[in-house]
Amino acid sequence: MVQAIVFLPLLGAILAGLIALVGAHGRNPSGDEVEHHGDHGHGAHAHASDTINEDASVIHESHHEPGDGHDGHGPVEPAAAGSRGAELITTALLFVSAALSWMTLVDVGFNGHDLRSQLLPWIFSGELEVWWTLRVDTLTAVMLVVVTTVSSLVHLYSIGYMDEDPYRPRFFGYLSLFTFAMLMLVTADNLVQLFFGWEGVGLASYLLIGFWYQKPSANAAAIKAFVVNRVGDFGFALGIFAIFAMTSSTDFETIFHAAPGLTGKTIDFLGWHVDALTLTCCLLFMGAMGKSAQFLLHTWLPDAMEGPTPVSALIHAATMVTAGVFMVARLSPLFELAPNAQAVVMFFGATTAFFAATIGLVQNDIKRIVAYSTCSQLGYMFVAMGAGAYSVGMFHLFTHAFFKALLFLGSGSVIYAMHHEQDIRNMGGLWRKIPYTFAVMVVGTLALTGFPFFAGYFSKDKIIEAAYAAHNPFSTYAYLLTIAAAGLTSFYSWRLIFKTFFGEPHDQHHYEAAHESPMWMLVPIGVLAVGSIAAGFPFVEVFANPHGVEEFFRESVKMNPHILEDMEHMPALLAYLPTVMMALGLFVSYTFYISRPYLPVELAKTQPMLYQFLLNKWYFDELYDLIFVRPAKWIGYQLWKKGDGFIIDGFGPDGVSARVLDVTRNVVKIQTGYLYHYAFAMLIGAAGLITWFMFGFGGQ
Amino acid sequence: MTTWPILSVTTFLPLVGALIVYLSRGDDEASRRNSRWIALWTTIITFAVSVILVVRFDPSNADFQFVEKSAWLATGITYHMGVDGISLPFVILTTALMPFCIIASWKSVTSRVREYMMAFLILETLMIGTFSALDLVLFYLFFEGGLIPMFLIIGVWGGPRRVYASFKFFLYTLLGSVLMLLAIMALYWNGNTTDIPTLMHTAVPRSLQTWAWLAFFASFAVKMPMWPVHTWLPDAHVEAPTAGSVVLAAILLKMGGYGFLRFSLPMFPLASHDFAPLIFTLSTIAIIYTSLVALMQEDMKKLIAYSSVAHMGFVTMGIFAGTMQGVAGGVFQMISHGIVSGALFLCVGIVYDRMHTREIAAYGGLVNRMPLYAMTFMVFTMANVGLPGTSGFIGEFMTLIGTFKVSIPTAFFASTGVILSAGYALWLYRKIVFGELVKPSLMTIKDMTLRECVILFPMIALTILFGVYPKPVLDMSAASVQQLVNNYTTAVTAVKAAALLH
Repeated sequence: MVQAIVFLPLLGAILAGLIALVGAHGRNPSGDEVEHHGDHGHGAHAHASDTINEDASVIHESHHEPGDGHDGHGPVEPAAAGSRGAELITTALLFVSAALSWMTLVDVGFNGHDLRSQLLPWIFSGELEVWWTLRVDTLTAVMLVVVTTVSSLVHLYSIGYMDEDPYRPRFFGYLSLFTFAMLMLVTADNLVQLFFGWEGVGLASYLLIGFWYQKPSANAAAIKAFVVNRVGDFGFALGIFAIFAMTSSTDFETIFHAAPGLTGKTIDFLGWHVDALTLTCCLLFMGAMGKSAQFLLHTWLPDAMEGPTPVSALIHAATMVTAGVFMVARLSPLFELAPNAQAVVMFFGATTAFFAATIGLVQNDIKRIVAYSTCSQLGYMFVAMGAGAYSVGMFHLFTHAFFKALLFLGSGSVIYAMHHEQDIRNMGGLWRKIPYTFAVMVVGTLALTGFPFFAGYFSKDKIIEAAYAAHNPFSTYAYLLTIAAAGLTSFYSWRLIFKTFFGEPHDQHHYEAAHESPMWMLVPIGVLAVGSIAAGFPFVEVFANPHGVEEFFRESVKMNPHILEDMEHMPALLAYLPTVMMALGLFVSYTFYISRPYLPVELAKTQPMLYQFLLNKWYFDELYDLIFVRPAKWIGYQLWKKGDGFIIDGFGPDGVSARVLDVTRNVVKIQTGYLYHYAFAMLIGAAGLITWFMFGFGGQ
Repeated sequence: MTTWPILSVTTFLPLVGALIVYLSRGDDEASRRNSRWIALWTTIITFAVSVILVVRFDPSNADFQFVEKSAWLATGITYHMGVDGISLPFVILTTALMPFCIIASWKSVTSRVREYMMAFLILETLMIGTFSALDLVLFYLFFEGGLIPMFLIIGVWGGPRRVYASFKFFLYTLLGSVLMLLAIMALYWNGNTTDIPTLMHTAVPRSLQTWAWLAFFASFAVKMPMWPVHTWLPDAHVEAPTAGSVVLAAILLKMGGYGFLRFSLPMFPLASHDFAPLIFTLSTIAIIYTSLVALMQEDMKKLIAYSSVAHMGFVTMGIFAGTMQGVAGGVFQMISHGIVSGALFLCVGIVYDRMHTREIAAYGGLVNRMPLYAMTFMVFTMANVGLPGTSGFIGEFMTLIGTFKVSIPTAFFASTGVILSAGYALWLYRKIVFGELVKPSLMTIKDMTLRECVILFPMIALTILFGVYPKPVLDMSAASVQQLVNNYTTAVTAVKAAALLH
């Protein structure tokens, strides 16, 4: 069954990919001849240039009709034959996979049937033995459900959202490929397969962000996402090497078994002795920071919004970005032994939760607001991981998948209705035009801000409690920042709702044309809205109750033994604080954007520095450009021109060959142009040289 | 086991083909076509024969197999051929790639076709010979002989600066080899034989080890190429015709790594151990330095050439780590790089044949008219970046994990290569394939033809197959690598133990 869950999406990806390739090949003929001006006779010349002009005009048209279709990629070309087939195949396979996943969750989580199936040997060399293995325990089963459910809904949604795009088969192929890689990631039984899924989702993310490859900004964002993730993967890979060096294995069971024996060991790095487990966990966490867009490695996530909106919902909200959280939970037996690494995790999580929320306050692009919100919520999850409350972090991952996918897909519905307008300053009053989208967006916002009895209320408050109860040097820091971030979250989320759906329309033309989305899109967001309510309360028992967690998760995570009990002993007054902060954020937001809309403008004017600082995202892009990108290019150029060109070549071969060339200038005179003369001369030369050395050396 | 000299047949079949091409005189279109077909069939038959080697090869046996030995020159110098798990993958790589090289030159080479095909066939004999020779003198003949056809291929059928490039290539490699020849003679006078298996079990005095190691190093480092003697490679690649670049990157570069595995490590283990820090330093410099340089290239072939140097850095690092994973990873990385870089040069060749320029700035938006090409190029870009699931990952991962145990700083700095390689490879892809198609000269460009698909699709299949299931290659070399590593470790620990006694 697990095999079916994992490989059905791959099958879909391959089929859709083939349809895309066949279609694309049909439109673009093969041939290795290019018509060149002047290569032909007169008649042919005229003919050739005609063709060029025709082709040029077709291509010209296809790129300059922005009003006609999505993002300037109008359906000038008809969709490839079989587009509908590709859509239905991938979507149907995903739904099968999702249904099987829910069955697996019941079987594994509640009936306790963990399973493990070895598929194929992968890398075998000496003591390094890596298998392709599918492992399903409760932690994996939760992820399976999240991934396949959201993915199948996003597939369905995309049928509507992408209906005007001529490259749909490719899009669905990528989506299914992503799902496959993500499933390989969560079912991994060793670090190397985890890394395979890890980079595989990175590839799919790269392809999907750059799906509209004609947009330079999309290409840039795709590369940025891949490279920044690679920075994290650099740490991840080193972490794997370190673990292998210490335990001679990459299998989770073996590692966890050996881990207690590693406490107190040190690793010597350039004369600097560090605790082995702490260093390893920090390196692995670096990978998680990249994938989950944590503070310092977060810069790619907002740019990733260049991709189509369903992609943002699936990859950059519900699944891929949570891979880092999953990884820490999966490796909880290691992190539990490295309290300093846990402190690092908590510090970065709390910082990100707060930092991303501050930027979210002032953004105007509807998708970027939600993206920063995602970043911030991921920070919350890491706070729980740092506190040792892994199940609580997973709880938030679970609820967040529903309401954040809902918010993204809802935003997509707004964007679709507004003909690809994404700036909330140009919206307003939309609730009258798209009431259904408005309703589900409000549900999503209520869940995100932690309104009582919505999903986020249960999971987020538990995290804040975990931060308070944790025995961690950063627990107070994390508690204060998460409380503050809760208020900020509420403010920016309601700001989005108020500016989009209330007030007066700012763009009358788009407003008039706004329309509710097709059923393909409305059904998935409806399901997610139900999930945003239902994913909370029924699951508190298994994710946050000490006994429930023990029965549900069993061996799949190693919780901090006291954290869940300690959370229950929290002062009652403090337990209400997050809700109070939420209400406060809602109130301020209401004041700013409904009752007194002149206030935010004045505030921005009185605090220009702060406003610019937040608007420019704490200037991280500029900073990184200055300290990494430019120096790398400069050094590369200098090494090339000065290092290779001037020093190595100048003193090496060119200096020598200058002399040689003096000689060859004379030798050239005996050049005949016959190949065998050269060959003969070379042979004579080589033979002469050998003889000379043999006799020269032998004579001594 | 065998009744006929299968290894010699594999080695010299291409030479027979070259002879047939030579005999079919004439310079009209028909004779050109004939020589193309003869060359193609020769390489295909050679490949088929070499497949017999794989079938009959016993991977559990670490020693040399298919051994042939007969008297040749003086006493101790014999015609001795044989393959073990380290050399057989390279023999197969050579025979498997050559048909693709011939097909790739089918249309792009129009002048002196006969001579071109002869040069390639002779080159194939010399390359197979290099990997299967078990006598130092024989090895040296094949090793150096390979220079001549390659020199001609670059110098005759190359680009505008071909003379400069071919001389640079020739001088660099020849200078390194001269030192190797000295070392070979020193070894001969030390052991009175040039038989490689015998020498592998002969203890070489410590002082001679150092000097001989350095002399061999000079030759192999240039061939590899290692920093700072790598500058011939970008020039040679840029000027060489497509198939020449493929052979150069895929096979000729591997002779350096093969040399380290066959000579430096088993014959001079103590010197190898002493010089390992030097190799580590040069390798990490190569990885970081050339990756940074690759970021700034304006010529497609140069960029891939620099990335080759970086990838070879992983190989040298893994080999001299002296661990099982490091050495096996080095072998695997060379095979994988042979496929991937060869395919990347073929990809460049495809657009070069159409547009006659390699300048990155001359391209852009090819995906709009060349979807098959875009897909193919994407697979090899990802393999070059070392994405798991492609063969590129296995080699990088194994060499790094093997080195980490020996030298953490080396593994640390070398791992930065994974970031930089993503930078330059994706940048190249974006500049060439993605974007809008606005350049007028590209408006009529057409997608890959059947001939080009026939070359590249099998390579895609291999890249992914070896990424998901690398066992065939790893198993083939495992026993020999294990023996090599064991002997190396024994020698090194014995000396350490002896040092403790004093």
